[in-house]
Amino acid sequence: MLRKPDPLSDTLMTVSLGPQHPSTHGVLRLELTLDGETVVKAIPDIGYLHTGIEKTMEKEKWQQVVTVTCRADYLNSMGNDLGYCLAVEKLMGVDVPERVQDLRVLFTELNRLSSHLVWFGTHAMDIGAMTAFFYAFTERERILDLYECATGARLHQSYFIIGGCRWDIPATFAPLCDEFLRGFPKFLDECKRLVTGNRIFQRRTQGVGVMKREDAVNWGLSGPTIRGSGVNWDIRKAEPYSGYDTYDFKVPVYDTCDVWARYLVRMDEMEESWKICVEALNRAKEPGEFIADHPKLKLPERDLMKKHIDVMIHHFLLASEGFTAPIGEVYQSIESARGELGFHVVSDGAERPYRVHMRAPSFVNLSALPAMVEGSLIADVVAVIGSIDIVLGDVDR
Amino acid sequence: MGLETKIGAVLPEVITTRLDSLVNWARKSALWPATFGLACCAIEMMAMTDPRNDVARFGAEVFRASPRQADVMIVAGRVSIKMAPVLRRIYDQMPEPKWVISMGVCASAGGVFNNYAIVQGVDKVVPVDIFVPGCPPRPEGLIWAIMKLQEKIERDKVFTEEKAA
Amino acid sequence: MSQTLEQAQSATRYPRYADASLIRAKFTDTVEEIIEAASEITIVAKRERLVELMIWLRDEPAFRFDYLSDISGVDLGEFASPRFAIAYHLYSLVHNHRLRVKVFLEEDDARAPTMWNVWKASNWLEREVYDMFGVIFDDHPDLRRILMPADYDGYPLRKDFPIKGY
Repeated sequence: MLRKPDPLSDTLMTVSLGPQHPSTHGVLRLELTLDGETVVKAIPDIGYLHTGIEKTMEKEKWQQVVTVTCRADYLNSMGNDLGYCLAVEKLMGVDVPERVQDLRVLFTELNRLSSHLVWFGTHAMDIGAMTAFFYAFTERERILDLYECATGARLHQSYFIIGGCRWDIPATFAPLCDEFLRGFPKFLDECKRLVTGNRIFQRRTQGVGVMKREDAVNWGLSGPTIRGSGVNWDIRKAEPYSGYDTYDFKVPVYDTCDVWARYLVRMDEMEESWKICVEALNRAKEPGEFIADHPKLKLPERDLMKKHIDVMIHHFLLASEGFTAPIGEVYQSIESARGELGFHVVSDGAERPYRVHMRAPSFVNLSALPAMVEGSLIADVVAVIGSIDIVLGDVDR
Repeated sequence: MGLETKIGAVLPEVITTRLDSLVNWARKSALWPATFGLACCAIEMMAMTDPRNDVARFGAEVFRASPRQADVMIVAGRVSIKMAPVLRRIYDQMPEPKWVISMGVCASAGGVFNNYAIVQGVDKVVPVDIFVPGCPPRPEGLIWAIMKLQEKIERDKVFTEEKAA
Repeated sequence: MSQTLEQAQSATRYPRYADASLIRAKFTDTVEEIIEAASEITIVAKRERLVELMIWLRDEPAFRFDYLSDISGVDLGEFASPRFAIAYHLYSLVHNHRLRVKVFLEEDDARAPTMWNVWKASNWLEREVYDMFGVIFDDHPDLRRILMPADYDGYPLRKDFPIKGY
């Protein structure tokens, strides 16, 4: 809500919020110029987590890059890998089999669920509802168990590779996933009863951090942030990739353009993601192929490799030198949990990328923060940061 | 450090070792971490506080936002060159006794990122007590680190004087 | 040309790219080349009248590129001429099609006009290109480093900058 500055006072105070602050979701520094409690000017200062990921990607071979991309937006790690793999597959002209697409959709949507759970827990905790944090993280532990079962790692899985997945899901995965998915709607109901109906939460989020529709488009917002401003745009529907057009799900859009709308969008998105997960698990639970049958991407069978020298040479070169990609550039964007995650991949025909640029959704969404926050109170700043759902690894790369 | 050494000089060793155990038990059982979650390791640090991995059993679930009220700084995540002076300043603001746990390979040695932007090991900036490997370490791994730190604190000599070898 | 475009569009249905022939008709001296590869369409444009081209692309009903997806910088090599390429990735929410506009810049004349008055999303995207490559954007409201420390020396994503830094 906008407040008029106090006419009697004319001293403005400059305060640095962060980089070490519990509510900044990482190392974000905000230079706030305050008139009492009203924010007159807000300047985000980022770069405290700049990791040189894009430079590192120029050094790694094509398949090795997935180990680095998942560490950029660390909550949506499989989504990052998916975006990169799709971009390179587009460059190389590789078509992945349907089962691979279903596996990828399953894990990406599980990733979206776990990312939204972290958002739910931390956003509610910032506003003061501490219990929601424990609920969210306990359920999230079950998703991490699923990842561990299938890929071996809880957080940075590097499971998607160019051409498909690293290995097939084990037999124990499907029953475990099924059990989790059966219990999820009840859990989501509990979360809604805990937080959505809470009047304090509503008062703190309604009318706060308003970004109107035309401004949102011009500022380049994406994901739940722009869907809370009434723009019906989801890349999974508009430009389907990896078989998303064969799944039946809705895209929640709310048009009050404030923190409350973005909250509702994400809560509904969790339900839609759950639907996709159930469908994807049904399709992918039987064992089958997990990688495209492309000579550059699929390593030969070990028996063949041991018997035939030419197969061994092929295997050796693929595993040591890596494959080369054709010369060219592509831009592929996917709908990550935060918005449009784009990969601009430039290749000069070598066995490693020439240039990979990650269009980070949190980076562009955060640039619009001053427009959302100037004129409100400091407490609202915290609510708005939580509603944009930034991950500093994504902002700074 | 003034009062403890004076007491140690006056009292017999039997009493100072008992006092040591008491003080060390109090210190290790309520290690309050300063929030210094930087990147992915911060998520596993938050997972350490959730009901499954429950670090509250060890007295360390109270994450203090202000370094003035914290005992241990868990550097969770990669430290960029822009963040290094901030890290040092927060460390300096913590009152004694203080400890540092370097969580994850990025904080311990630069990790996957051997490049211009990341400090190759946070021990270049602050003195570190415990290093935890992993990318990211499991919450159980971080709890192991806290337990190891507790063992280290137990061996601390507060009132007893160090005997010359 | 439209044959290849249709073939390309039927092979990979999405993302769809806009037909660029109309653009060349209107801006014949600004548009240098139109490249079609990997089912994508890239317009190589000259730096002069670039802002005018972008405003036209944003407002023209047939295109309506109201969304700036990305501004990406590429260093083509330490001794290459031109040295830098700036790629603008545009998207239209109205028509659901994309376009890439590329501008090539020489090393000693690495300046480009800012898109701040066309799309506000360009603010931080241009600052990042400046920070990483040293390309200056004329009339940018706040051109300073964004990811590296303010007093940092050097442009990290240039090809002659070593990965371990200095």
